[in-house]
Amino acid sequence: MSDNKNKAVQETLAKGAAKADAAYMSRRITIDPITRLEGHGKIDIFLNDAGDVDRAYFQVPELRGFEKFAEGRLAEDMPQITSRICGVCPTAHHMAGTKALDDLYKVEPTGPAKKIREMIYNVFMVEDHAIHFYFLGGPDFVVGPTAPAAERNILGVIGKVGVDTGKKVIAMRRRLREVITTVGGKIVHPVFGLPGGVARRIKPEEQKHFQEVAQEAVEFGKFTMKILEDVVLKNKEYVDLIVSDAFTHKTYYMGLMDENNHPNFYDGQIRVVTPEGKEYAKFPTQKYLDHIAEHVEPWSYVKFCYLKNVGWNGFKDGPDSGVFCVAPLARLNAADGMATPLANEMYQKYFDALGGKPVHHTLANHWARVIELVCAAEKFQQLANDPELTSDNIRRLPTETPKEGVGVVEAPRGTLIHHYKTDERGVITMANLIVATQNNSARTAMSVEKAAKGLISKGIVSDGILNEVEMAFRAYDPCHGCATHSLPGSMPLAVRIRDLEGNTTSTLRRDSDGSIHKE
Amino acid sequence: MTTNEKPKVGFYWCASCGGCEEAVVDLAEDILGVVGAVDIIFWPVALDFKTKDVEAMADGSILACFINGAVRNSEQEEMVHLLRRKSKLVIAFGACSHLGGIPGLANLWDKKSIFQLVFHDGPSTVNPQGTEPQPKLEDQGRHVTLPEFFDTVRALDQVIDVDYYMPGCAPTPKLTLQALQTLLSGNLPPKGTVLSPDVALCKECPRIDTKPEDLTITEFKRPHQVLIDEEKCLLAQGIPCMGPATRGGCEALCIKGNMPCSGCFGPPGRIRDYGGKILSALASIVGSKEDAEIVKIMDSIPDPIGTFYRYSLPVSMLRRKKMEVVASDKK
Amino acid sequence: MTDEKKNPKGTAENWEPRIVCFFCNWCTYLAADLAGTSRIKYAPNTRVIRVMCSGRIDPQFVFEAFAKGADGVFIGGCHPGDCHYQEGNYKALRRFHLLKRVLKGMGIEEDRFRLEWISASEADHLKTAVNDMVAKVRALGPLNLEIPAKISAGEVSA
Repeated sequence: MSDNKNKAVQETLAKGAAKADAAYMSRRITIDPITRLEGHGKIDIFLNDAGDVDRAYFQVPELRGFEKFAEGRLAEDMPQITSRICGVCPTAHHMAGTKALDDLYKVEPTGPAKKIREMIYNVFMVEDHAIHFYFLGGPDFVVGPTAPAAERNILGVIGKVGVDTGKKVIAMRRRLREVITTVGGKIVHPVFGLPGGVARRIKPEEQKHFQEVAQEAVEFGKFTMKILEDVVLKNKEYVDLIVSDAFTHKTYYMGLMDENNHPNFYDGQIRVVTPEGKEYAKFPTQKYLDHIAEHVEPWSYVKFCYLKNVGWNGFKDGPDSGVFCVAPLARLNAADGMATPLANEMYQKYFDALGGKPVHHTLANHWARVIELVCAAEKFQQLANDPELTSDNIRRLPTETPKEGVGVVEAPRGTLIHHYKTDERGVITMANLIVATQNNSARTAMSVEKAAKGLISKGIVSDGILNEVEMAFRAYDPCHGCATHSLPGSMPLAVRIRDLEGNTTSTLRRDSDGSIHKE
Repeated sequence: MTTNEKPKVGFYWCASCGGCEEAVVDLAEDILGVVGAVDIIFWPVALDFKTKDVEAMADGSILACFINGAVRNSEQEEMVHLLRRKSKLVIAFGACSHLGGIPGLANLWDKKSIFQLVFHDGPSTVNPQGTEPQPKLEDQGRHVTLPEFFDTVRALDQVIDVDYYMPGCAPTPKLTLQALQTLLSGNLPPKGTVLSPDVALCKECPRIDTKPEDLTITEFKRPHQVLIDEEKCLLAQGIPCMGPATRGGCEALCIKGNMPCSGCFGPPGRIRDYGGKILSALASIVGSKEDAEIVKIMDSIPDPIGTFYRYSLPVSMLRRKKMEVVASDKK
Repeated sequence: MTDEKKNPKGTAENWEPRIVCFFCNWCTYLAADLAGTSRIKYAPNTRVIRVMCSGRIDPQFVFEAFAKGADGVFIGGCHPGDCHYQEGNYKALRRFHLLKRVLKGMGIEEDRFRLEWISASEADHLKTAVNDMVAKVRALGPLNLEIPAKISAGEVSA
């Protein structure tokens, strides 16, 4: 072939290749699965030509259909059936379901039954919040977000705060769970809930034991706050990260409040405040449909909750977007104070440090969570000392014909709504469940995308983004919080960079020893 | 980090609630003894799970894989097939993988009816464009995927070959520890063993002495309709208790909570269809010989399928409700 | 057998309902024998299984019949009060009522499951009942449960 012809061929080939490259508009990074929280979730990040993030999708790939197969079931079975939505927070669903039954049968639980329920519920809040702080989200803080990957887990926490602390945490968790087992039969999927009461009395010797555990819990709460103060709040770098823009969203905030606008995890009215912190709405739980709606996207099985009257205007912040937030950050923003003394002191300190209400920094969830842990422990103690706890009067039998009921509690991860309709026999004809994490799903998706956009540019992927993108959703502690256990090391992670055809062009790997390798 | 001496162990979850992961963690201090003896080579909940890594392992190089959760989408099906190839032993851990579990109640419906409610008809759902999650989506040039949702929920052994079963919703820490120790000891029980005593729950129930010889029911009582005596046999109080047809080993925790057994451990050996057996047992003790009266008594169990098959619908002999038209199912 | 045999729309022309029958040894089975010796013709769609008593019938038998392709299940036992084992048929009656509800919940129409008291001398009654049931099941069409031929191991062992 002559040189000229050869050159022409080369040019044509080059032109063709350039065209093909241009046609590959984006490249894709997949984080699958996400770790140290939800079991099932993945993040797909798409880059544009410049290598900056075009779009990030936070995808929940699972659905089981509880609302559908609840139809035809017996109403009184719902607390036990719905608790299988989540094995980490079954008590939350069980309680929301039980309260929905109270409303369904229009039967008021007896005084002692209410106290038993509230006590159990606060024990559960302490236990669940503690797990998140020490094992799930906490390590990002206690050890630090840019610490070597090998240390960003419970072992790193222990390394920072001592082996005794680790043992203390495991033992405290066990003792709290044993309290729930005593009253509820089982800890994973308890059975105590009935309309108008609870299934089982508490014996005097059991109450005595609860009082001991309650005292330990309060001490443990104070101890946890001390760790947070010493290790996190005194560290300027961490505080800078907490208040950084990449992790800030200005949305509405929601929580269950008592008549003094103090958060009450077990009961209350739903209160919503604006991004500026003003009360936007406060309504009885039965009216939730007037305020909360769910939006559907084709790239996730989870639905996205928003404020109906503000409307769905996309994944955006601000007073014109119906996106709202729940869980500790939100509850403290929506409150005027905490119901118990120690927690209330901590609440004041928190807002003083972070520049007043409301706090929009997603990572502050971790701090707010510890404040709630202390509040729940104090409440546990109050109720454990109540003489009515051992009463025989734990059941009020329903007499009304069932029709429709709504039960709402604050799960550790946010406002949880159970809504049932039945026929006259009490057989479910409709069930609508708004699970706590759904209320946060829009904001979580926004946080992930914002973090990805803020941290990835020019197609460069590093260990920092691997963890910091994860931190964006970890702060929300999505339901199905992962089990606690001892890890042999860190979470190895791989980021695969793929072209549009799905072929892996390069892989970045972080091994269990924390070292990063590019393949 | 892996050593050649320690056997490799893995955990995976399908359509699960996470309660079985909690059950393992509830071993608390005891888990350290186990963890010291094995190499946990993956646990998606905590260790980054890489399909590529598992694929790269030699077939059969994982000693034991504990899989919980039922199989109800394409991702779960692919994963369990992969794990089966790579593992010597597969243990179906918990009621969902053993029997289908509570998510198995979705077998009374199909994908179409579930999607219709969840994404369209629900009272709080606002979806004027009729959007639904898509297994494959092209959004402005970006290709995004989701697993495919099947019509029918399956237990683990309806998808892959299973070696052992750990029953319970969730399995108790005691039984879990025993199971782990057995598997590590090398004295393996016969394949297909359910790792819990082969007796009916009544045998280990603290209230067994109050169960009358001659038990007759004139009306079934639902738990919210009566005050429940904390010492007496629940069936004797007229409350449907699944104890007679349910495998023991759980130490009757629900009964200690003063509520009836709901059957989460599944049947003892020699029973093929759990719901059929318990319905037979309860029907037999109904104290009437008259058609009309019997019908009335049966009315006091308004939801027989939810009561008798709460955990075991997928493995029942009929497996699922016959819908008018069931969309094609990837069996 | 007759010209009323018209299968529902969409069903193969030569489809015949298959009814699995559990007949108790002392009554209904003898009635079937009597029908035979008396040359009383009835629909040939039955597959008869003899049990000692209708009370022997485990719901698992019924499920298995449907799962393995039966379009209907027919239980025949002694009249109340006449059971050879005193109370067996009452147990069958109670199980029948509860089982019927479960089958309905599983999408199996009521007409596919039937319980009749037929004494040893009632060959005519047997004929009427069987013919009636076959006609009803024919009208419903094949059940076609989508259960693989291989049901998982561990079928009912008596």
